[in-house]
Amino acid sequence: MSVDVIVCVKTNPDLQMIRIKDRQPVLEAIPYKVGDLEKNALEAAMQLRDAAGGGTITALTVAEDDRKVKETIKEALAMGADEAAIVSDPALVGADPAAVAQALAAAVKKIGTYDLLLFGEGSTDNYTGQVGARVAELLGLPQIGYARKISVTTDGVQCERSMDDMIETLAAPLPAVVTVVSEINEPRIPSLMNIMKAGKKPLQEWTPADLGLDAAALAPQRQIVSNLAEEQDRKHILFEGTAAEQADAFVNALLNEGVLGR
Amino acid sequence: MADLLVYCEKVETARELLCQGRQFAAALGLGVSAAALGPGAGSAAGELAAAGADRVFVSEDAVFEGWPADAVAAGLAQIAAEAGATVVLVGSTRRGKETAPRLAQKLGAGCVTDVNSLALEGDTLVAGRYAYGGATVAREKLATGVQVFAVMPKTFSSDGATAGAGTVVTPALEVATGVKLVERRAKEGAVVNLDAAPRIVGVGRGFAKREDLSLADKLAQALEAVVGCTKSLADFEWLGEDRIIGLSGAKTAPDLYLAVGVSGQIQHTVGVSAAKLIAAVNKDKEAPIFRLADYGIVGDLYEVVPAIMERLAKA
Repeated sequence: MSVDVIVCVKTNPDLQMIRIKDRQPVLEAIPYKVGDLEKNALEAAMQLRDAAGGGTITALTVAEDDRKVKETIKEALAMGADEAAIVSDPALVGADPAAVAQALAAAVKKIGTYDLLLFGEGSTDNYTGQVGARVAELLGLPQIGYARKISVTTDGVQCERSMDDMIETLAAPLPAVVTVVSEINEPRIPSLMNIMKAGKKPLQEWTPADLGLDAAALAPQRQIVSNLAEEQDRKHILFEGTAAEQADAFVNALLNEGVLGR
Repeated sequence: MADLLVYCEKVETARELLCQGRQFAAALGLGVSAAALGPGAGSAAGELAAAGADRVFVSEDAVFEGWPADAVAAGLAQIAAEAGATVVLVGSTRRGKETAPRLAQKLGAGCVTDVNSLALEGDTLVAGRYAYGGATVAREKLATGVQVFAVMPKTFSSDGATAGAGTVVTPALEVATGVKLVERRAKEGAVVNLDAAPRIVGVGRGFAKREDLSLADKLAQALEAVVGCTKSLADFEWLGEDRIIGLSGAKTAPDLYLAVGVSGQIQHTVGVSAAKLIAAVNKDKEAPIFRLADYGIVGDLYEVVPAIMERLAKA
């Protein structure tokens, strides 16, 4: 058999590069890249394709900004996706998880044939975890979250996941939506050869209008009131001296605070 | 009359949400409903009423066994319609977080997940959650007529609840799931519950090798604390993933968080920033953990931790 997988990839800002100035995150000129968990999803897709002995992996991403999309999708193709599709348009400025899900679901319908839709459990930056579940609902598909093992047979997909104190194995018919966690695999690093080849792989480019989406479908439901670095009110007391002196003052302080339960 | 609807598969979290939800509901002129789904779920009706529910919607349909996201979202959407819910509070557990967005999609509702603060500003609920990997806190509000908030466990207290009437309603739900449970087994070995721990000793890469963690175990024993860790120690498989604190693990609010050999990367510290008191032992004076700490010791943990235990033995 072969397995066709669409991996939905968010354009993630490189968090290591975000500086905070006056409590505000500075995002200008930040590079964009495939999120950590979406790298796991891409790796899982490649392993499923190889195990099945064939199939096509399509990386799909949505953003308002052409630069973000291109930087991200090139990395996904270099990792090993066979094809890519992007939905990019200034109409997506301020898109919230609901709007992104609308665009992804419409693009998935346009792509047409697939067995599996893979997502990271959450995006590296904001980790809302909403998009996979919303796309599953829009397409009327079963969803399995937090997969740390995936296998695909002609019967469907089977996943193992860790929930609280239980390990669960769940099965669903295809097509299905699966989100993955980082334990699932160690994502490969693109080889120089694959980075060179990435630019030559098929790339579909759509606007929301191409997918039949109007402004109402993309209207944000969420409004960000503020987004600032947290101010922590802590005492910042450091103890000095020998280890014994430090320990003595330290334990006294904890006792005085009444946090030792005695 | 419109309602505020509360659901979590964990009764304790549902009680917290009801206790606070009842106050929001009073201010907004809403009634308070709770949903309890799954075989045996009805036994919690009394507790949910005591925590503030005027109506408890109970369905013990076997489709809810294991709480598959598609079925729970469908069931809650039907209950929300019957209750006339305009605000839905769901526990942001792993199960709640995969269910809430699907529910919101069904209801045409906006949704905020991993909410760690929720307050009324005028008659608008404003939710706080971490953004940019924990570097910032986003405050978000929803523009939709129905609003879904997935709220982290322990965000609110269930103390001092005002009881509701607790009328049990058994709705006729039409629900199916595409997901089949093949197997469920308990994890091997004891699983720690960091959420409930009053004191946590957090360990990080300051420990040179796995065997050295016995030092942290002894310290935890002396403090009657539980050991948690940064993600990297779980990645090394020095400790289980149930001990991870931070963005990819538990978000805790203990009385005391004692970080030992933890540098204090934001991805970790978001899981302890709600601690009443933060203390740290680290050999690097510049480690970010000290910017977050109430009390700190700059020193070699291999000397400082035994000294702390010696002092504790005399306390």
